[in-house]
Amino acid sequence: MNQKMISGEEPQELHPMDQWLRSERMPHIWCAGCGIGPTLYAWARALDRVGIDKGKVVYVSGIGCCGRGSGYLDVDGFHTTHGRAIPFAIGIKLVKPDLCVSVISGDGDLFSIGGNHFIHAARRNVDLLVICTNNFIYGMTGGQLAATTLRGDYSTTSPYGNIEHPFNTPHLANASGAVYIARWTSIHVRMLEESITEALRMKGFRYIEVLSPCPVNYGRQNKLPGVFDTAEWFLQSSVIRHGADTSEVQIEKGKPIILGNFVKRENKLSYYEELKKLEEKVKRAAEAEK
Amino acid sequence: MGKTVLTGKHFWYGDIAIAEGAIAAGCRFFAGYPITPASEIAEHISRRFPEIGGIVVQFEDELAAMAAILGASWAGAKSMTATSGPGLSLMTENIGLGVMMEVPTVIVDIQRGGPSTGLPTLTAQGDVMQAKWGSHGPYEIIALSPDSPHEAFDLTIRCFNLAEKYRVPVILLASETVGHSAGKVVVPPEDEIKLLDRKRPTVPPEEYLPYMPDEDLIPPMAHTGEGYSVCTTGLTHDEKGYPDTSAETQEKLVRRLNDKIRKHLEEIVDVEEENMEDAEIAVVSYGQVSRPAKRAVKMAREEGIKAGSIKLITVWPFAEHVIRKWAKHVEVFIVPELNYGQIYLQVKREAAGDSETVLTPRMGGRLITPQEIYREIKKVGEK
Repeated sequence: MNQKMISGEEPQELHPMDQWLRSERMPHIWCAGCGIGPTLYAWARALDRVGIDKGKVVYVSGIGCCGRGSGYLDVDGFHTTHGRAIPFAIGIKLVKPDLCVSVISGDGDLFSIGGNHFIHAARRNVDLLVICTNNFIYGMTGGQLAATTLRGDYSTTSPYGNIEHPFNTPHLANASGAVYIARWTSIHVRMLEESITEALRMKGFRYIEVLSPCPVNYGRQNKLPGVFDTAEWFLQSSVIRHGADTSEVQIEKGKPIILGNFVKRENKLSYYEELKKLEEKVKRAAEAEK
Repeated sequence: MGKTVLTGKHFWYGDIAIAEGAIAAGCRFFAGYPITPASEIAEHISRRFPEIGGIVVQFEDELAAMAAILGASWAGAKSMTATSGPGLSLMTENIGLGVMMEVPTVIVDIQRGGPSTGLPTLTAQGDVMQAKWGSHGPYEIIALSPDSPHEAFDLTIRCFNLAEKYRVPVILLASETVGHSAGKVVVPPEDEIKLLDRKRPTVPPEEYLPYMPDEDLIPPMAHTGEGYSVCTTGLTHDEKGYPDTSAETQEKLVRRLNDKIRKHLEEIVDVEEENMEDAEIAVVSYGQVSRPAKRAVKMAREEGIKAGSIKLITVWPFAEHVIRKWAKHVEVFIVPELNYGQIYLQVKREAAGDSETVLTPRMGGRLITPQEIYREIKKVGEK
């Protein structure tokens, strides 16, 4: 437990979330208006609700603003290399299948440099919960173009507007075989918490995209300069449509942002279950030979 | 459950000997990506692991394979990957992470001709410097080089022991002619194989600091899921594992990461010396080149030339104390290698001022012959 406050004084009363925090590491590096904090809040609350022992929770992250999260929460935290959080987490989960392993990382980490690992982990149906805080930009390095930057958006490396097409990440996850797919924003904290709770109760590869404001490095370059402007855009444009066809949830400027729990595939064995089945088969064959 | 140690005499390819060495060393997690001439290791392990309860995954690339063996090691498994030069190039990213997070794990590199795709099916020793300096930043690493399938079996076990002891990724630097040649491998009884395990915390979680080293500069390692709330990062970090990007912390951490290897140099380094007592010419070799080198020394001795052989079993850290010692006694070091001079540079540096160093380079594709090395010894001897 790291309950010491930065002032050095013992707190009178703990916030229910304090048990999840490495309080001695506060203040964090995130800017005002950032969506990473609320996302981690929803995740920790969901873990509480499901009743997972804190000692069994593993948080693996990559590089970027969101990558720092694994060092702020009082669980086993692995801050790995850029894009490699998923394969690192697979190594942990396969050796210790009883642990609750989550990868929480940004859009650059999971879909640019780590895109290949994402689709293959989904294809294998590895037991991981992957949460992507998508802020449409490279935040930590200063607002460069991402694989999720919307068409026409400005970034420090697309100063005349983005000519590329962004990924529709829920659709990518769906085509790759993920068993649970949802999209929320960091403003929809309660719905997000519900969604994470549902995902935590499942096995296999589960993916939740969390649209997350980056007022400093996305908003300021894209006519959303205020600390709440991006949040405001999310609130005004979002439409909740559970079970939506993922091919129709591409985010486009000036169009509704579709949120909801899109996909739930049941009865698909996870990678670990397949491995154990295989082991049994090999064992039976060896016994038959005797 | 299948047998883990196949005690007895075998006629094995080097690649198979490496796979069996890993199993005998307790490796139960393997992640890889197919590549010539290392694929046979993954193939053999894919057959063997389901029998013995190991986990083997063929990943989408070497970046993922290397990341996965780090994660697996943090969860408590002895883990390994196997590749060749092009794959090692991709793995260097997470070898650096393994060094920084201090993760025991083993990387097998069956060297083939390079640069780039080079000679996929033919031998070389071009990855020696890459094994040492491949990842960015100043660090020390351990690499061993076997000359035969039998030695490949033994050294694979030693790689695991060194990785566990020093909490560092260890590279088995073999080459195509070792991986793809068959030879006699004697597997000892299980109880005769000495295995080491990483140091584990002896204090309760609230007192545990994941990067507080003991006197030997190596911190005990808690595994994930044991309630130690391990915090680890590739960023420069303090004893708690928390990022601290100050010059002071960098100095302290990186110096220790280097010193934990450097200060144990004589303990880690293993060399084999032959005919060195009165030698005037010493042939310094490693890996499969040490076999023709030893033969060449024998041929020279038959001709009355005072030649000797120093075989480096440990390539990294470099056996600098050994070369410095012999530099005072011999006239010339001859370094035959299947590259354009990598270990040669190390030998030359240590010998400087005391004796001369001569390189006998071949770019790979075929093994250097005893006659070629013998001719070099003769040429040097006649001077």
